[in-house]
Amino acid sequence: MEPIKKLSSLACPLALENVDTDQLIPARFMKESRDVGYGKFLLHDLRFDASQSPKEFVLNDANASSAQIMVARRNFGGGSSREAAVYALVDFGFRCVIAPSFGDIFASNSVNNGLLPALVSERDCETLLSALNGEFRQVSVDLQEQRITLGDIEIAFDINPTWKLKLLNGWDDIDLTMAETPKIKRFRENYLNHYPWLG
Amino acid sequence: MAGKTLFDKIWQSHEICQNEEGQSLLWVDRHLAHEGSFHAFNKLAERDLPVLHPECTIGIADHYVPTTSRNLIAVQPKVRSVIQQLIDNTHHHGVRLIGLGDPRQGIVHVVGPEQGITQPGLLMVCGDSHTSTHGALGALAFGIGASEVSHVLATQTLWQTKPKRMRITINGKLAPGVTAKDIALAWIAKLGADGARGYAIEYAGDVVRDLSIEARLTLCNLSIEGGGRCGMVAPDEKAIDYVVGRPFAPEGEDLEKAVDYWRSLCSDADAEFDREVALTGEEIAPTVTWGVSPEDALPIDGLVPDPANAASASHARQIQDSLDYMGLLPGQKLTDIRVDKVFIGSCTNARLEDLRAAADVLRGKTVQVPGIVSPGSTPVKVQAEAEGLDKVFIEAGLEWRESGCSMCVGMNGDLIASGERCASTTNRNFKGRQGPGSRTHLMSPVMVAAAALTGHLSDIRNLRS
Repeated sequence: MEPIKKLSSLACPLALENVDTDQLIPARFMKESRDVGYGKFLLHDLRFDASQSPKEFVLNDANASSAQIMVARRNFGGGSSREAAVYALVDFGFRCVIAPSFGDIFASNSVNNGLLPALVSERDCETLLSALNGEFRQVSVDLQEQRITLGDIEIAFDINPTWKLKLLNGWDDIDLTMAETPKIKRFRENYLNHYPWLG
Repeated sequence: MAGKTLFDKIWQSHEICQNEEGQSLLWVDRHLAHEGSFHAFNKLAERDLPVLHPECTIGIADHYVPTTSRNLIAVQPKVRSVIQQLIDNTHHHGVRLIGLGDPRQGIVHVVGPEQGITQPGLLMVCGDSHTSTHGALGALAFGIGASEVSHVLATQTLWQTKPKRMRITINGKLAPGVTAKDIALAWIAKLGADGARGYAIEYAGDVVRDLSIEARLTLCNLSIEGGGRCGMVAPDEKAIDYVVGRPFAPEGEDLEKAVDYWRSLCSDADAEFDREVALTGEEIAPTVTWGVSPEDALPIDGLVPDPANAASASHARQIQDSLDYMGLLPGQKLTDIRVDKVFIGSCTNARLEDLRAAADVLRGKTVQVPGIVSPGSTPVKVQAEAEGLDKVFIEAGLEWRESGCSMCVGMNGDLIASGERCASTTNRNFKGRQGPGSRTHLMSPVMVAAAALTGHLSDIRNLRS
């Protein structure tokens, strides 16, 4: 997984609440292999009408393809646990979503795919969205310092400390866990002695 | 020191170690894998890793299975390929499969409790957000993503940050026509779709004690719709009686030890919760959703909200967006909303009691709109047919189908057309959930049955009197 230290790119303003994972990637695309690239499915039904013509929507802006940062409103990525929602964001080119709240499962899926879920207050989110004013503007996100900068606006963001380390170092959970194998084996032995019906 | 909650006790018994930042490595007792697990199995294959404990995973086909027959020949090739991958992946790794055509097949969250796979005190995961369902029997159960699924397959463990604890206490009594679905929609409307984000929920109080196990499964199922990491009910004798004797349940001496342990699983009297929420049973009405999030829920005798009355500009904009998508007008009576389709099914509301309750409303009557009934599992279907419920639905004018996730998520092609409106017993009214442009109203099985009879959203309390 590619580590994230600092991002500096255009930010995409997605001024919507409750952008659930069903909207991020509609279920009908999830039977596709990841090899096809999931970026084209991102927010598909907000981007295209029934005849596949692009609608007036922020992701259809010519700047969208060079944006690595998205700013959205509360409860981003709620609902279905589908990791495909994160694949769609990552394959489109996003490395960071800034929002006042994320679905729990979405946030942990994000970290497992090198996408930074940067948690800000409702007020700071509105400040960012007002400053963007529906346009793509240059934003930088410093993970080490947990700081977002847009022009002269500076905003702090929150992130779970383990997730921060994983993202900064590009660590993979399976490798970290394999290193704990002796502990896990010991645990399992004690556990099955204690709860023999689970053996 | 304050006592421990039910959640704390189960968490602690599964904690292998903590890292320096305080995340816990947890032992996973049971993992359920549906067809969507192909991404996780592919991740395993990329690293050439085996499934460490194949006996702890059970494959169940539900998301993509056809409900018109049990035959894969007629199924769209890409859908068939996803079902086939579950067969191949479980076979390759020596994982048990409850596949299409197996008499135990059904929706993973119906099959788990039904087969006794779900037991008090277990830590259970599945690559599906409605895994919270299994908490109804006192398990700590939650949904995970594909990367986490591959981690569980490879190590039988999972890194997790301990959630905070919330208790939702519902005291009093439910009025006739009010169900577990209404309790869930009521608290989600009150707290918001992210109101329980970061929390493990324990449901408590007289009303929860009085609920049947199947109703508790519905209540816990919907925990995720309020953002909860999981939902649980402390196992009582009702829960223990439910588990005992099922195929995967312990037996003999093992059972005695297990039951002793299960009886110890409850929150201590002096346990502290990070947040307490109280509801009164008598105040909960039959509830329906009007918008595009489960938080957009109101008592059936209410009116469609007016953005002009919203507390903030952002909320007004959110209401207007929902009204535009749903094709509704502010101030419209909810009971004036006409529907085109009905659906009775899903891991939320397709157990035997749900089907019996809906059939009681429909018996001897004719529906005004077409719809589908898909039982939660094949055993539910067989039992419903033994009771003649299939005939009640068919004679009323609905389609009686096979079991699967069906029109809750539409992956198998069971969809409604763009612009159509569906009264549905499912769990998500998200934009496009039942197909592009679909409009979903969530409600209980009896309320869907009532809407089917009248052709518009209806108050079951009036229909009965």
